[in-house]
Amino acid sequence: MVSRIVVGAHYGWRDWLAQRVTAVIMAAYTVILAAVLLLGAPINYGVWRDLFAQGWMRVATLLFAVSVAWHMWIGVRDILMDYVKPVALRLALQVFVILTVAGYLGWTVQILWR
Amino acid sequence: MRFSIYRYDPDQDARPRMQDYELNLEPTDRMLLDALIRLKAQDDSLSFRRSCREGVCGSDAMNINGKNGLACITKIADLPDKVTLRPLPGLPVVRDLIVDMTQFFNQYHSVKPYLITHDAPPERERLQSPAEREELNGLYECILCACCSTACPSFWWNPDKYVGPAGLLQAYRFIADTRDQATAERLDNLDDPYRLFRCHTIMNCTDACPKNLNPALAIGKIKEMLVRRAV
Repeated sequence: MVSRIVVGAHYGWRDWLAQRVTAVIMAAYTVILAAVLLLGAPINYGVWRDLFAQGWMRVATLLFAVSVAWHMWIGVRDILMDYVKPVALRLALQVFVILTVAGYLGWTVQILWR
Repeated sequence: MRFSIYRYDPDQDARPRMQDYELNLEPTDRMLLDALIRLKAQDDSLSFRRSCREGVCGSDAMNINGKNGLACITKIADLPDKVTLRPLPGLPVVRDLIVDMTQFFNQYHSVKPYLITHDAPPERERLQSPAEREELNGLYECILCACCSTACPSFWWNPDKYVGPAGLLQAYRFIADTRDQATAERLDNLDDPYRLFRCHTIMNCTDACPKNLNPALAIGKIKEMLVRRAV
């Protein structure tokens, strides 16, 4: 195959928008968590366990973790696209990042619903 | 006034070097370009582009004390006693302060910087309301000096794939033009992770523009239009 420079992947705006939406979700979760912790009783194991025993807190935390993962994937992919020029290496690194992120997400679910 | 100027002749020099110059200014020397022309009289091997000498042609763009600008509209009075001049960063050097702008203009041409219409030409001119015309202000004034694109790290890393701020400013100039009838094709052409979305809004372009234009704002408006037409 001749190596010509090709562009025109026809994606981009979805990731751009997703990065902004996930940033808002992360900011909202941070504010909620800070409010819960600062306004509540002194933090000990019991308080922490009771907080995460509630269904809404688990769902909110999972939403936060998914947002971090998605946001981070787009950002790291951008970095790889900027700096890693060999396509095979870039694809391999992207697969590695996806698997790592998926692993962290699975681990998060396990921790939240153990 | 002291100068340190990037010198490189690929035919003769193994590597680029910085050469120091001392220059006694005349009272009529107002702009950096006046000083450069005087230096050229001292050392005729010193090479740089210039043409209109009044900030309209965009030929004498260079890196002045670390910031891209036009020598012809950079006031000597605003510069420190020692001035370091380098070619625009990121582009191949032809000689001294002259760079090869091929990649820059390839990207400019890729956005089809001209009005595209499908209808038969009207009897008289294609009219715009004052508000519609107002949208083109801050866009049409670009002189393609390349100060913005060569200040952009995304353009440094991917000059073959990323349109760059100058090309995207021109792209938006025609997307925003109500007389143009190829808006959808133009947006399709830019909906690409490399062509448009290499921009991460660090705004070096807006900081560098010697005409005080705002390519970052134009790029933001293109992104907004892509989202707006899809959601």
